[in-house]
Amino acid sequence: MKRILAILVEDRPGVLTRVSGLFSRRGYNIQNIAVGRTVEPGISRMTVTVEADFVTLEQIVKQLNKLVNVIKVSDLMEEPSVGRELMLVKVKAEPNKRSDIQQVVSAFRAKVIDVSPESMVMEVTGDEGKLNAFILMMQEFGIREIVSTGKVSLLRGSKVTRDIRT
Amino acid sequence: MRMTGAQMVLAGLEAENVDVVFGLPGGAVLTLYDAIYQKGLRHILTRHEQGAAHAADGYARASGKTGVVIATSGPGATNLITGIATAYMDSIPIVAITGQVARPAIGTDAFQEADITGITMPITKHNYLVKDINELPRIIKEAFHIAGSGRKGPVLIDLPKDVQAEEGQFEYPQQVEIAGYKPTFTGHTGQIVRAAAAIKKAQRPLIYSGGGVISSSAHEELLELSRRASIPVTTTLTGLGSVPYDYELFLGMPGMHGTYAANHAINEADLLITIGARFDDRVTGKLDSFAPGATVIHIDIDPAEIGKNVTADIPIVGDVKYVLKELLKRFKPADTRAWCERVLAWKSSYPVSFKQEPGCLKPQPVIEEFYRLAGDDVIVTTDVGQHQMWAAHFCNLKSPRTFISSGGLGTMGFGFPAALGAQAAFPERTVVCIAGDGSFQMNSQELATAVYYKLPVKVAIINNQYLGMVRQWQKFFYEGRYSQTSLAGSPDFVRLAEAYGATGYRAVRPEEVTAVVQKALNTPGPVVIDFQVDPEENVLPMVAPNTSIIEMIGGEGF
Repeated sequence: MKRILAILVEDRPGVLTRVSGLFSRRGYNIQNIAVGRTVEPGISRMTVTVEADFVTLEQIVKQLNKLVNVIKVSDLMEEPSVGRELMLVKVKAEPNKRSDIQQVVSAFRAKVIDVSPESMVMEVTGDEGKLNAFILMMQEFGIREIVSTGKVSLLRGSKVTRDIRT
Repeated sequence: MRMTGAQMVLAGLEAENVDVVFGLPGGAVLTLYDAIYQKGLRHILTRHEQGAAHAADGYARASGKTGVVIATSGPGATNLITGIATAYMDSIPIVAITGQVARPAIGTDAFQEADITGITMPITKHNYLVKDINELPRIIKEAFHIAGSGRKGPVLIDLPKDVQAEEGQFEYPQQVEIAGYKPTFTGHTGQIVRAAAAIKKAQRPLIYSGGGVISSSAHEELLELSRRASIPVTTTLTGLGSVPYDYELFLGMPGMHGTYAANHAINEADLLITIGARFDDRVTGKLDSFAPGATVIHIDIDPAEIGKNVTADIPIVGDVKYVLKELLKRFKPADTRAWCERVLAWKSSYPVSFKQEPGCLKPQPVIEEFYRLAGDDVIVTTDVGQHQMWAAHFCNLKSPRTFISSGGLGTMGFGFPAALGAQAAFPERTVVCIAGDGSFQMNSQELATAVYYKLPVKVAIINNQYLGMVRQWQKFFYEGRYSQTSLAGSPDFVRLAEAYGATGYRAVRPEEVTAVVQKALNTPGPVVIDFQVDPEENVLPMVAPNTSIIEMIGGEGF
């Protein structure tokens, strides 16, 4: 099953290596990772999507908690949460295809952020399903390059990650 | 107070009551060693950094204090790795201080540069690269705190050369505040109550305990629980010594080379009280058939050990000593008489034994005799292999911290330097290293250290002219194809000892053993005894890997 972990870490050099190294050496599979700031100075938040059964997930959480720079690990699938991923897509865009592309862009509520004589770059955010669908639509125009952030997630409602009991 | 980084290290070591360090200098720690020269600190110079790391480990295992090792950058630091990994696997507190190239040179592939914090991330509890002199006092404090608390383990501090020379303000913190490090010390009361209830209900309970009991000094509580509740005990290799060998309900070691009684008791137990042990594969054999009928209580300070290999029915995260004290207040004994009778019948019917052949020097009686003559206060260290298992079976251990052996990592070459560390901790006690001829040659250069520092370790080399345990596996599982396990070409160990200024003796016949051992024990200074034993003796009983631990080869003796 797919789980999304929010990991609060001290913002120190090497923390990402400690976390990703732990996943690889214990044979856990990271599908997706995003790292960024939090509202508290000195603390970063990693959002990690992993594919793991319940027993493995428990081990992952416990092993992460053993890292001295890890402050808190929360499983965001335990509670209702919202998640988004941001993706930039560069497609071939001959002038005669642009309006077709533009239609797909509007249908997905994506944005065109760069246009050149032969290509366009789009920005699209959403969950995995939406991004996959967008890729599928763009394939017919010819995708040159894709880049995406990892997924980031927050709990729904007023509750914050720090409130989750672990 | 203003001082240099190097002086801060020494001030920190003093504040942590470090009375001896092990190490070997080099370019990137010159400033630190200059401070040692000026201030004075008991420093034991080994001949190889690996020896220093194992010595710090042996010091820690014998004394219960945190061992300290110093090495230079690059190769000095990488030579510590086996020692750090050994300590990590057995949860031994050591602080390793390595030199690093100066900050501006980091990342440029400078001379003797190695990313030792990167390299040791998977084998340290935590590590630090000091980039700011102002952080050094806090880092030293944290390093000792992390190494010696919770589930203990090695911590490395990488100290660039220019930071050692830089001046800063030294104020040693009184308190440690680390947001992400708060080990659970007290066990959950509700779970302890459940454990007590399970003990009351159990008809065939068994205690399976490990190194955690020694680490938290809980051997008295362990024995009290076993006595008062009449529950037999088996202890893992790293737990050996926590229960006296002659305690009636002690069954010896479980697992691959476990005793018949221990393995069968695990197999038939209805309650397995796991205390500071981690269900290592060398203990469990095939996991599916391990303790198949048992409710499992698992007491451990590391939450990640619980549920890792075996699902615990009653998990208790906490310090073993604390939890056992609480458990002792609450439990009511069940009637285990029938069970104990059964287990004790196994124990007396199928002790670990060996076949004596006339005129042939067998390894087991050598170890037995050495241990007997060495006296009650002896500390034994071992290397890794057949002799290690024989030592585990035939040393009649009486107290904790007297059997020092690399369990988790299984590090050949560990025993001799570890013995030097133990001897440095206890100069007045007899320290014996039971070694193999293969293992001893992995760190025999430390004979120079032993002689120079007058560390009178007695090394018993169980010399079978093979990498014996590997040969045994080749015999059992590879149809006797002895690929690269003959150690023909080894030196004359007597003359090797003499070359270093130590004493060497040799025994080749059974009737020589007692006299040679006595002579060795009465000889001042380090002694190496070359016991030329039966080359093809096997460690029995044995359980083939990944099979049930009751499928024992030689379990019922001869």
